[in-house]
Amino acid sequence: MTRALIAEDEPLLADALQQELARAWPGLQIAARVGDGLSAVREALALAPEVLFFDIRMPGQSGLEAAAELADAWPEGTPFPALVFLTAYDQYAVQAFEAQAVDYLLKPLQRGRLEKTVARVQALLAARGSGAQPVNEATLAQLRQLLASASGAGTPGIAAPAAAPLRFIQAGSGGRIDMVPVDEVLVFEAADKYVRVLTAGREHLVRTPLRELLAQLDTQQFWQIHRGTLVRASAIASVVRSESGKQSVLLHGRPEAFAVSRLYAAQFRAM
Amino acid sequence: MRIHWLGTARHFLQVVAFCCVVAVLTTSIWPRHSYWTQLGHALAIGLIIWSVIEFGRLLVPARYCHPSSAGGHGWPKGWRGIVLTLVGIGTGFLVGDPLGAWLMGTGGYRSARDDQIGLVITIVAGSVASFYFHMRGRAAALEASRAAAQRDTTEARLMLLQSQLEPHMLFNTLATLRALIAVDPPRAEAMLDRMVDFLRATLSASRAPLHPLSAEFDRLRDYLELMSVRMGPRLAYALHLPPDLADAPIPPLLLQPLVENAVHHGLEPHVTGGRIDVRARRLPDGRIQLEVADTGAGHDPGAPARAGHGFGLAQVRERLATRYGGAATLELRAMDQGGTSATIELPLESP
Repeated sequence: MTRALIAEDEPLLADALQQELARAWPGLQIAARVGDGLSAVREALALAPEVLFFDIRMPGQSGLEAAAELADAWPEGTPFPALVFLTAYDQYAVQAFEAQAVDYLLKPLQRGRLEKTVARVQALLAARGSGAQPVNEATLAQLRQLLASASGAGTPGIAAPAAAPLRFIQAGSGGRIDMVPVDEVLVFEAADKYVRVLTAGREHLVRTPLRELLAQLDTQQFWQIHRGTLVRASAIASVVRSESGKQSVLLHGRPEAFAVSRLYAAQFRAM
Repeated sequence: MRIHWLGTARHFLQVVAFCCVVAVLTTSIWPRHSYWTQLGHALAIGLIIWSVIEFGRLLVPARYCHPSSAGGHGWPKGWRGIVLTLVGIGTGFLVGDPLGAWLMGTGGYRSARDDQIGLVITIVAGSVASFYFHMRGRAAALEASRAAAQRDTTEARLMLLQSQLEPHMLFNTLATLRALIAVDPPRAEAMLDRMVDFLRATLSASRAPLHPLSAEFDRLRDYLELMSVRMGPRLAYALHLPPDLADAPIPPLLLQPLVENAVHHGLEPHVTGGRIDVRARRLPDGRIQLEVADTGAGHDPGAPARAGHGFGLAQVRERLATRYGGAATLELRAMDQGGTSATIELPLESP
């Protein structure tokens, strides 16, 4: 029997989805319903359902962030669930995803559209063999793209001024502001409310969110290797894979290793 | 530094036309040379003055110039404009005059008086032409800034409407309505009525400059009621309006962005939600205080303002400034027990 997880913070909309699904896919069992992005990850890992319905705007963390975290934490050997996102407004250019790995439903739900999604998910599950990769690259690529457009989009209608490339990181510490040239930075790492800025010898903390820094940095220079980590590409010494299959990056000038998430692992294939 | 060739060509033709007129004058003063010869001479002087001024102004930093409609360099402001004109005229006389005489063969004997007349004509003609271009440039700059202001107003109105009719709010509410129709028709009907009132108020808010505080609170109730159908127990709210303030006039939907911010940034990110209180109060000095307080995430003064948040507040500030000048204030503070309180104080106008 196929099982699904519904993550939707508005109870009435979760009810409606469940009812419509009962009609469109009678064989589908709703394994659990949750109302926030943190529980969504927890329950999905615990229950390992075949289908996930994730609302994009949820408390705790967004459906996109939850899916990205899940893609990373998903155990080897189990195929990743089919993903269906729900949103009230198509600020992520829905059309582009109509025929792809990750499906996308607009609220209010319309019966015909839901039936299409059900047919697609059923076909996807039927066609899926026991591939070596737990999460296929098409799904990862799409998640990356969705996350990038969600963080870069800002508020629609307000023209964001083209961000000038950042040259210095102004890191406050006590009453002092350290001017750290971006050219010296090796790593940006999100840590709770702060971003750690690592140079060869030092560590600074800034309060600007990582996604805002990302918008002002040269993506050729800094590669994203994890949702919370950017590293200087030219400082990468090697990428190693542990026995459990997790990749991590070693840098010239820093002693520690930095974890590479599955979402961003594709850039480190051997030539 | 960019040169707008179309504008340059237009100026060139105007200078040529002006030189034709000057040549008529000089021919009447010195009838011994033909009109065409005099025109050649006048063009030599005029075009040199023009080139110096036309291209010289590109050397003046843009911040000292009037903006031109094409977005380029306009006429330099203040003393820079005068100096540029004088340099142009000087060069015209010292270089253009001998050059014209040599080219057109108008040299030969010239009395000191001829030289003086020539100088006077060069100065007067140069000044008149420069003044003409200066005025044209100023008019174009004024027109450009007026057009920009108009564009800004239209854009601001659109953004206000877009922020009030936030698509997520709209479609999520419709989705809830669709869900309710099947399971609870009377509740669906009540929700639809609220939605109609909310939409009507939003669309007409830009038309009336003021409405009574009681109407404002009714609209807030519509909005919060719609949100509480959606958020269920995660949203609790209360509106406190003393009866003696019910008729006090305020700009329509002034509090709406503050309540939206409270829902959006205060409550929605929280798994457990929270509570919103909207209060109106009369201050001892007779002014009105309006407060929107939430128990949510709290405003972090060190953190950069989120785009939506910042826009809502900026819009409220701007409306207060337009209506009351410096007499009204908007203050935002983080509360000790978590959450944010936004307080507006404004003068009480007679209804």
